Amino acid sequence: MTTFKRAAFIGATLAALMSSAAFAETELTVYTAVEAEDLARYAATFNETHPDITINWVRDSTGVITAKLLAERDNPQADVIWGLAATSLLLLKSEGMLEPYAPAGVEKLDSKFVDGDNPPAWVGMDAWVASVCFNTVEAEKLGLEAPTSWQDLTDEQYRGHVIMPNPASSGTGFLDVSSWLQIFGEDDGWKFMDALHENIARYTHSGSAPCKLAASGEIPIGVSFAFRGAKSKADGAPLEIIVPSEGVGWDMEATAIVAGTAEMEAAQKLVDFTVTKEANEMYNTGYAVVAYPGVAKPVEHFPENLIDAMIENDFEFAANNRAAILSEWSSRYDGKSDPK
Amino acid sequence: MSDATVEMKGAAGKPIRGKLSRDDIIMRGSMLVIGLYLLITMVFPLYAMLSKSFSTYMFDLSAYEVQVSDEGGATFSEPVTFADLNSTLNVVTEGDLNAGSDGRLGVTQFFPDFSFRSPVNYRIRNTSDTGRFLVGSTLNDTTNWVELDSNTFRRVQLRPVESRGLDNFRAYFGTPALSNSIKNSVMIATISTLITVFLAFWFAYALNRSCMRFKGFFRLVAMAPILVPSLLPGIALVYLFGNQGMLKELLFGASIYGPIGIIIGSVFFTFPHAFLIISTALSISDARLYEASVVLRGSPWRTFWTVTIPGARYGLVSAAFVVFNLVITDFGLPKVIGGQFNVLAVDIYKQVIGQQNFEMGAVVSVVLILPAIVAFTIDRFVQSKQVALLSARSVPYAPSPNTKLDWTLFGFSSLIAVFIVGILGVCQFAALVKFWPYDLSFSLNNYQFDRMDGGGWGSYYNSIKLALLTAVIGTAVIFFGAYLVEKSNGFRTGRTIFQMFAMLPMAIPGMVLGLSYIFFFNNPSNPFYFIYGTMAILVVSTVTHFYTVSHLTATTALQQMDREFESVSASLKQPTLKLFSRVTVPVSMPAILDISIYLFVNAMTTVSAVVFLYSPKTSLASIAVLNMDDAGDIAPAAAMGMMIFYTNTAARIFHLIASRGILQRTQAWRSR
Repeated sequence: MTTFKRAAFIGATLAALMSSAAFAETELTVYTAVEAEDLARYAATFNETHPDITINWVRDSTGVITAKLLAERDNPQADVIWGLAATSLLLLKSEGMLEPYAPAGVEKLDSKFVDGDNPPAWVGMDAWVASVCFNTVEAEKLGLEAPTSWQDLTDEQYRGHVIMPNPASSGTGFLDVSSWLQIFGEDDGWKFMDALHENIARYTHSGSAPCKLAASGEIPIGVSFAFRGAKSKADGAPLEIIVPSEGVGWDMEATAIVAGTAEMEAAQKLVDFTVTKEANEMYNTGYAVVAYPGVAKPVEHFPENLIDAMIENDFEFAANNRAAILSEWSSRYDGKSDPK
Repeated sequence: MSDATVEMKGAAGKPIRGKLSRDDIIMRGSMLVIGLYLLITMVFPLYAMLSKSFSTYMFDLSAYEVQVSDEGGATFSEPVTFADLNSTLNVVTEGDLNAGSDGRLGVTQFFPDFSFRSPVNYRIRNTSDTGRFLVGSTLNDTTNWVELDSNTFRRVQLRPVESRGLDNFRAYFGTPALSNSIKNSVMIATISTLITVFLAFWFAYALNRSCMRFKGFFRLVAMAPILVPSLLPGIALVYLFGNQGMLKELLFGASIYGPIGIIIGSVFFTFPHAFLIISTALSISDARLYEASVVLRGSPWRTFWTVTIPGARYGLVSAAFVVFNLVITDFGLPKVIGGQFNVLAVDIYKQVIGQQNFEMGAVVSVVLILPAIVAFTIDRFVQSKQVALLSARSVPYAPSPNTKLDWTLFGFSSLIAVFIVGILGVCQFAALVKFWPYDLSFSLNNYQFDRMDGGGWGSYYNSIKLALLTAVIGTAVIFFGAYLVEKSNGFRTGRTIFQMFAMLPMAIPGMVLGLSYIFFFNNPSNPFYFIYGTMAILVVSTVTHFYTVSHLTATTALQQMDREFESVSASLKQPTLKLFSRVTVPVSMPAILDISIYLFVNAMTTVSAVVFLYSPKTSLASIAVLNMDDAGDIAPAAAMGMMIFYTNTAARIFHLIASRGILQRTQAWRSR
């Protein structure tokens, strides 16, 4: 990688020598879990104001990117993290891997979206919110009523018709589980999941899969997130996006500088950009809830009551109890449910 | 390349031995280099993995000191460690102190009268530089005292420190959710093996021992599954038997997600492997035995059991173990269609990618290696018992027409062909349909890979690059290595060790190899660290993963060449390397071409070894299939899978044409 960077640097220098109009290029390695189709747009918007900084995206699912960052703890490859779950960033922070930095204009953001430390270790971008994707066509065939609450999903009529992500591998799955533990309390939360488990067809690896499977009618009810549901609905899937009445869990996508980056100046420029109004308007295309107050416009197909339903999420609780929650979850539900 | 090695060897040579010629030194030097390659790409990584499986995390209660103030909040007690507190209170047991790398232990439980509203203040510090604790999510790893009020003190979490021991294995076997996978994996592999070997035997029988029609077509169809990733049949099965499947009624309400799906898919992707081995075994037979059986008035049934089966037994055993090994180590298929049915290979993925629990991933890997190695050893043992079936006096068996039998076998073979072609056809259909099952119009939307999560078209081009590099570099290294083992003089120990190294990759599951590469190469103090995250590590892992079969192909070809070539060239005072390039390589051209196409095709389809090693810049088509399926984009996954199929088919055809051209030039001597 370093040799590669050196080669790139030499190449860039040569290019600069050859054409005097060329910019001094800086390359930033940016780790992200943002959906692939949004990345090019994000980079293009950033380059409008900063043409001299090239973003090299490293994109994968939340779990994989987190694993990658943790594995590279002693020799980080990333310069910046742009668009990773706050719970993951808290894990990285607790490993001392994030460089605290207060981006210019951070004070304008909703304080809920900014790390409590001063200077903050990470800054939020937008919230992604749990919801239930409900396939109306298949439900009618099977004679299922639309559920209105989480508790409804434990009803016997939904046996085998609900699918959700495995919290051990999916950030969405984990925010569901941690939100249920916060909504219902520890004991009732596990009791709820025991009952829900009876109705679950299977647990998927990824957080968007349940909604896509609901969209294709494979399983009529998918516990997923609202953003995914809205997209599938826009693609023409017969979906209804349901916001359970007890409230919904959420996590935010956030940005941070990786401690030890060699490109501190460019990294700070990028993070400065990520908190601007302009950037937040960009996030708003897919996310109904963004960090910059007053920016968000309604997103097509997004359920209206979603923002009010977001629970008071205790990220520290979620991050610090993650290991314990997951091991409890695995011992209860993983592998015990072999289909016979 | 080998100046240093030459010197070293020269110095180490014992005076009693005959003087090594320059050739010998070059040969041994090269063998050392390739041996070193295998050591670095296989033995060291595996060792790193084994050592990781013993690496545990423990809370060291004696590594922290605390002080508690009085109600005034200013006067503090003498420092005590948590170990001291626990010895009087016994709030945590020995077992509670084991943890994963991300474990956390709250501290308030050590203070029975703790209240977050009390005015009492606390001070805490690490007693050594290795100690770590969190306040909220902020890491403290210095030995300085940190003073906190009660409300903040409840947010203190201790972090575990690394130690070594068997605790990971204890935890593994103590967790039924994990250890059940052993039973599941063995069951799946056993059932799939029985079915595949049974089907492949009759298919091979039909092709070798009957006068059935369209044999060439059937042979072609039987090989098709080798050209696709193992997870593709899984995707087809979802379309066929999923809840929206075209034929789901055939399952009578059973779910395809689970053992049924894994077994059907496994039969599909292991079929060509079993067929090839059994077909080879059946193609060699001595007609005199059948004549004897007829003369002795043996019924066809009796002849079958006393002549045919014994003659093919080594092939059957070998096929069984190969299939067993393929199924138990396969990751793609159970990942796609396994549902909640856990198997070992997927567990490794879940532990590492899902939970970032690298230690437990290493433990499952060690568990997975065991059945693979047992199967491999038994197979090698049985193979070594094989004796020549064909003697100089043998008469090749030629099947005679038998209308009833021929048509029965034709019907059977047609069913197999329909199964194989059907699976591929369903995938292609699914890839072209706009929005299954609601909009069945055709479109190319699913080929817009750049809009999906998985690396886009770039990953497809990466795959081709990987396949070409693997084919070229792998063939060169493996063939030259095989040549050195076969044709160099003396140096018996070195050759035996080399041969052993060359056989080892066969027994190492791809997932295990990939994971062990993370442990070994992703380490800044490793001089080879620079290849991590590049195309180079993918090439290296793929070459190593498929080393054994290529090595065996090369040695078989080389064994057919008389060692006298070497003697003659030596007496003519020609360097061995000249002989190698002028004679050995041209003569062995068929084998070399076979090795390169084998490596190409496998590099296109492999998932297991590279799933831990690709970086976004080097994402691969096979990985894209996996990731798109994972994200629920099943149709694009099928589309990409079929792209792999077409690429491999094209490569096969190109290989065929190229071989014909090259063989005409290099093999002209074979015909007078």
